Amino acid sequence: MKKQGLQIAGFAAVVVAIQLAASLTGNVYHLTQLTMSAYYSLVVLGLCILTGYAGQISIGHAGFFAIGGYLSALLTTHDLSAHGGPIVSGLAAMGILTRRPDLYGGELLTVHPWPACIFAVLTAVAVAYAIGGPVLKLKGHYLAMATLGFGIIVYRIVLGTELVGSADGIYDVPAFPLLPRVAVSGKSSLQVMNYYVAWGFVILGMVFLLNLVRSRVGRALASIHGAEDAAEAMGIPTARYKLKIFVVSAAFAAVAGVLLTHYNGGVGPSESSVMKSVRYLAIVAIGGMANLWGALLMSLLLNYLSLRGYFGTYDDAVFGVILILIMLFAPDGLLRRQLFEDLKAAVFPAGGEKET
Amino acid sequence: MNLDLFLQYVVAGITYGTIYGIVAIGFNIIYNATGIINFAQGEFVMLGGMTAVTLGRFLPLPAAILAAVLLTTGVGALIEILFIRWLHRPSVLRMIVITIGLSILIRETALHIWGESVRALPYFTGTSVTSIRLGGVYISPQVLWVVGISAVVVAILWGFFRYTLLGMQMRACAANRDAARLCGISAKNMVTLSFMLSAGIGALGGCIVSPITYVQYDSGVPLAIKGFTVAILGGLGNSLASVGAGMLLGILESFSISVLPAAYKDVISVAILLVILFARPSGLFGSAEVARLKEF
Amino acid sequence: MRGRNGIIVAIVALALLVGAGVQAAEPIRVGAILAVTGPASFLGGPEARTLEMLVEEVNAKGGINGHKVELFIMDSGASPEKAVSFAKQLIEEKKVLAILGPSTSGETMQIKGIAEEGKTILLSCAAAEVIVNPVAKWVFKTPQKDSDAIQAIFNQMKRMKISKIGVLSGNDGFGSAGKGQIEKLAPENGITIVANEVYDKASTDLTAEVTKLKAANVEAIVNWSIVPAQSIVIKNARQIGFQGPIFQSHGFGNIRYVAAAGAAAEGVIFPAGRLLAAEGLPDSNPQKTVLLKYKKDYEAKYKEDASTFGGHAYDAFMILAKAIEKAGSTDKEKVRDVIETMRGFIGTGGVFNFSAQDHNGLGIDAFELLTVKDGKFALYRK
Repeated sequence: MKKQGLQIAGFAAVVVAIQLAASLTGNVYHLTQLTMSAYYSLVVLGLCILTGYAGQISIGHAGFFAIGGYLSALLTTHDLSAHGGPIVSGLAAMGILTRRPDLYGGELLTVHPWPACIFAVLTAVAVAYAIGGPVLKLKGHYLAMATLGFGIIVYRIVLGTELVGSADGIYDVPAFPLLPRVAVSGKSSLQVMNYYVAWGFVILGMVFLLNLVRSRVGRALASIHGAEDAAEAMGIPTARYKLKIFVVSAAFAAVAGVLLTHYNGGVGPSESSVMKSVRYLAIVAIGGMANLWGALLMSLLLNYLSLRGYFGTYDDAVFGVILILIMLFAPDGLLRRQLFEDLKAAVFPAGGEKET
Repeated sequence: MNLDLFLQYVVAGITYGTIYGIVAIGFNIIYNATGIINFAQGEFVMLGGMTAVTLGRFLPLPAAILAAVLLTTGVGALIEILFIRWLHRPSVLRMIVITIGLSILIRETALHIWGESVRALPYFTGTSVTSIRLGGVYISPQVLWVVGISAVVVAILWGFFRYTLLGMQMRACAANRDAARLCGISAKNMVTLSFMLSAGIGALGGCIVSPITYVQYDSGVPLAIKGFTVAILGGLGNSLASVGAGMLLGILESFSISVLPAAYKDVISVAILLVILFARPSGLFGSAEVARLKEF
Repeated sequence: MRGRNGIIVAIVALALLVGAGVQAAEPIRVGAILAVTGPASFLGGPEARTLEMLVEEVNAKGGINGHKVELFIMDSGASPEKAVSFAKQLIEEKKVLAILGPSTSGETMQIKGIAEEGKTILLSCAAAEVIVNPVAKWVFKTPQKDSDAIQAIFNQMKRMKISKIGVLSGNDGFGSAGKGQIEKLAPENGITIVANEVYDKASTDLTAEVTKLKAANVEAIVNWSIVPAQSIVIKNARQIGFQGPIFQSHGFGNIRYVAAAGAAAEGVIFPAGRLLAAEGLPDSNPQKTVLLKYKKDYEAKYKEDASTFGGHAYDAFMILAKAIEKAGSTDKEKVRDVIETMRGFIGTGGVFNFSAQDHNGLGIDAFELLTVKDGKFALYRK
């Protein structure tokens, strides 16, 4: 517990330090890509728990991100003013719908971001529950293909449906007022605040997941990953736990989708593409399959570089190469715990206790 | 729907079904020898088509196709030797991820070599507008080439596995690796051979279908998914069933546009994939035990 | 007295010279967000190459008003989230005067608000009407209007006495925008749409769809999509024996698509900028010189045919360059104002006439009806 607290505190300190460095040197613009990386990291963390700790591969997680992002975007941009009717008026009276001005001086009646967000995340969770059962019964490449199939179906649906903008996606998504003075928005005047909001979410997520890993569920997960049949024989309800973790990871992805969509002010089909899912997987792999901190650090680094155009036209290729290299030479990831233990033992040869 | 429209849909379905079947056969060959699902299978098809188009600029068509098939076969062997051969009992997860990574790598390399434009080989006979009229149905001669060549390939493969020594060795390896090794069969070489066969067949498929469908650097992925669907539909490892399953999927897709908006045509194959995976992963013609036992 | 005046004049002149000299070092920073790779690379590729060529040319001549141009091309791969990230990066970090592009309508709409907030000129190479309608202060676009393209097609149909048509469109923004405009303008032009199919833009076979249209006895087919579907549609249609005229969108504007369709492309009619058939234009046409020069330069440098897509980037850059030259400064407001009042600007897409209500500047006369004859583009004369 103490170690975990120290880790979190240390990380928070780093986050603050980066912001101060950026602001003081006048390079505040870096915060934009760091904020976006933070939201992508939420997806990565959820996937890390699923793939690394519970051992269930998923190449379709971008689908959950898209469900969260698209539903939230749709509800907060679709103008309901034309619909009269008691339901609409009732919802408006309850505060679920709000009136706001659009870019051109007109007025829109849309769903308030809060209920939209809740609806979007709940939908993603429901979908995860629905398909999780049958999907998680599969193993190996069947499981991989099923998750790939899920991701593709989401991609095709958003690409082919005019209501959500087809290939153009949804734009003019409003800011998300989380609390009275705190909003998720892309406005440059709110850059610093949004940076802290994003990383605040990440830290909350980390705390939740770290606790999950150490809890009974977490230990059960480790046993499932190690040897599922043995775990089953020991009386661990593997199917139920796998489903729980699947749903948790889906929720993380959906929340990330909602928040990033409001930050960017829009969402497009590219967010649900197969390449996105592969990227998340590549980051989990390089960070060390079962290493939350590793995945977080790698996500921060790689997403930041990618969003700043560092990889140029080789963006997708980079992630492909990472996947291959990691899987060939370091299947447990680069930043695996064993590595640190080995380093520690090398530096402090006497009295170094090796953990397995 | 009148008979002519019905038959036209059927013809379109058979054309595509044949290609899906070819890709599925490629999956099955590798799967049988190794237990790996090769996500990069679609890229072999793409490479075959693209290479043939480039070579077709200075070689006569048959030579270009032959060269393209041989080159792609070489690429298949190279991939196996570089990335797969020296792995020692890798987990399924690892293999999946490696082949996904390979698929991306090949695709991006193709993008940087050939650019983003679509390419096509010239029609083998006639032009893009010639068509043969059978009753009320119009068929491009290329369709006959596709179906014809595919049939020949399937027949040759069947004969290969059944009657040649090499084919029987591969089957032995697929059935029981260790026993085969005890008999002096080099399992490692069989694996390389399986990759080469898959690559070559895929490449040939890419060549014969490119006049109709064009190839582009990213043509590989959708083909791989549909090919995999067909392979599972027919029962993983069962090449003959893949052909039938391919036809089935092709025809279902073709008819789907009469009830669904055409924009969702690709969703059909994925939906079928999911249904099969959930309900009957051993496929229509496979047995449940075979589906479970394969390991690398 | 005169001596002192002379000294003052000399000092002022010296100061001006020094000031000008210091100024000359300051490059003009221009950003470009283009889909060089990815699903829209047929747009972004030629656009990026065109911009690089133009900037090289301009800098070789000493730049604009003595300032060299520094171009930052960022490859968004047609991803809106990358476009958003790059837009912010270009505006806040690189502090560009203007952003050229993006290549696709979806990306443009996503960064429209960012450009407005950052008070930076955005010259989009994407076609959607919503980019400039309603008008936003800082946002302009160079491609022609979809509705004008369709009206040009309908005008031709009226000349050919066609009244029943079948419509095919791709499921992307371009296709649905075109389909929407076709459906909107058809009634007032006396055209009835008897069959209307939307297909997946990456489809590899559209036999089933064209069969449906043929069965509905349409007199002509209108297809609104991008590559590769536009070549596939005409192939499939001719193969199943459809003899009527086939109309395509201005997305057909690259000779490669003609080559891809082979013999099936003969006789296809489509509205496009005059770039593709520039040689056939009468010498009196105001665009001819500009078009031929761009074509020659592009084809010489890149060994590939010029397309109308690259032309949109050409127009965007040249409009910006002219505006900077005329404004005599790199103040964003001033340059923007000049663009907004620019009239009679000769570009590849047409002759531009901007105004406060019209941030596109092109009308139906920007289009010429083209056709394919013997595998080449030709002006359609009927």
